[in-house]
Amino acid sequence: MPETIPEDSVGLVEPQRLRFEEPLELASGRTLPEYELVFETYGELNADASNAVLVCHALSGDQHAAGWNSMEDRKPGWWNNLIGPGKAVDTNRFFVVCPNNLGGCKGSTGPTSTNPETGKPYGPDFPIVTVGDWVRSQERLMRRLGIARWAAVIGGSLGGMQVMQWAIDFPDSLHSAAVIAAAPRLTAQNIGFNEVARQAILSDPEFHEGRYHEHGVVPRRGLMLARMLGHITYLSDDAMRAKFGRELREGRIHFGFDVEFQVESYLRYQGKSFVDRFDANTYLLMTKALDYFDPAGDYGDDLAEAMRRARARFLVVSFTSDWRFSPARSEEIVRALLAAGRDVSYARVEAHHGHDAFLFPIPYYVNVFRGFMNRIPLEG
Amino acid sequence: MRADLEIISDWIRPRSRILDLGCGDGTLLAHLRGQRECSGYGLEIDEDNVTRCVEAGLSVVQSDLDEGLAKFFPSATACFDYAVMTQTLQAIREPQKLIDEMLTIAREGIVTFPNMAYWKNRIQLGVMGRMPVTRSLPNHWYNTPNIHLCTVGDFERLCDDLDIEILQRTVVDAHHRTTVLGSAFPNVFGEVALYRLQRKQ
Repeated sequence: MPETIPEDSVGLVEPQRLRFEEPLELASGRTLPEYELVFETYGELNADASNAVLVCHALSGDQHAAGWNSMEDRKPGWWNNLIGPGKAVDTNRFFVVCPNNLGGCKGSTGPTSTNPETGKPYGPDFPIVTVGDWVRSQERLMRRLGIARWAAVIGGSLGGMQVMQWAIDFPDSLHSAAVIAAAPRLTAQNIGFNEVARQAILSDPEFHEGRYHEHGVVPRRGLMLARMLGHITYLSDDAMRAKFGRELREGRIHFGFDVEFQVESYLRYQGKSFVDRFDANTYLLMTKALDYFDPAGDYGDDLAEAMRRARARFLVVSFTSDWRFSPARSEEIVRALLAAGRDVSYARVEAHHGHDAFLFPIPYYVNVFRGFMNRIPLEG
Repeated sequence: MRADLEIISDWIRPRSRILDLGCGDGTLLAHLRGQRECSGYGLEIDEDNVTRCVEAGLSVVQSDLDEGLAKFFPSATACFDYAVMTQTLQAIREPQKLIDEMLTIAREGIVTFPNMAYWKNRIQLGVMGRMPVTRSLPNHWYNTPNIHLCTVGDFERLCDDLDIEILQRTVVDAHHRTTVLGSAFPNVFGEVALYRLQRKQ
């Protein structure tokens, strides 16, 4: 909770909401007859609408990227380290838009929303959405906001995947693209982790085939386990060792299965607090969007061929201790962009934080990101 | 701008595609972009230099030249007009491999390096019996990044062995000026050597 709002912060922000009544055809073949997107904005749109930046969120992210929603908030938005006045994404210069993705659980239409056909929450009936579907929904948001072209589309992890999709699917609708801690598609190992997370949720007796709200329960244990597993993959071995080591909560072992090591306590806390703020059906959908992401798939499995469509200038950033989407994965993206002759810069940032590094204000990362954003020409 | 970069930029045809290996803060690339309408990429390992290149609006890929060019350009043949490497050859683990890769990826290569057989180096090593420390070789033996120092003569023999044709050669002093003596006796009076190369046709 901030006692006063820091000067380099966007301050108190309120989410906004727009309704889209034009049906959205999805990659699955299904159609969303209508939907709402919730989003936050920071900074001011300039006269010719040339300074708008789209921020795409990751698996468990949402529209609250920067600032505080109330003075009672414990923490600011998830990318507050990077977005704000004078920060890498400078809100004195840019008008920043961050929507909650379709299928999310923070206000945009998703499994917890009411299905107009039944009058009940969608629950498991909410269609599986892909990264391409999200990008098309965001493109409509762009037009509704009176923006013809983003100055930049930026995002980390699953957010970075949306950035790639944007550059390929709407090449003329963005000037610059920052793809951070991402991958061109998941590996079998990545999908394996997602599958364990999904199984944790699906096998929870309180899941009720996704209709847990109708039963007045939530699959707490499953969602908690999914988050605990995910959390391990977001941190590096070194970061966990530095943070917890083998430290015991009560200084000695008890020869039992209660929490003994600090790391167990931390993971349980992370898992439990996640259950209070996230929906299990949304988690299932998001992991599927990750698994299905494969922009090269539409271009003969040739990512360079896909990137030949792109017109944006790119910044690709990886972090050395990220083993979920390692530097080698970012380098695949860079190779494809180079083969396609695109304008690309690549920074491989030394960081011990693991995959989560993209959320931290690591000086080299911040400087190179700021340098990239500052080169975007704005007209009026 | 450094005078050796001035000479190199005179060698480069306008509107060329350039790959600058060890591009530093991007001075040469920015100059070629501004003066000769060239485009291309820099490869650079140092993070401050990468940041400066990005700030200058250049395309730079953070990479270690000791890992070779194939990591980022796996099947690229002659996709650049020039591959340029200034004052870096002597710090590379396998210089002969890298030169070969440069001439695969680009039609021509431009390489500059300090000439170990420069007369001042000869005196320090041959007469005084010490590893040379000069303006173009400023480090002591224990803290130098240079692991493969060579002479003008050595380099030209390597080119011969690798079937590389020398298209142009200039030697300069530490202020990057050409001298009459250097032109006549490059292996003695050239402090820094500059070469433009291509594979023998």
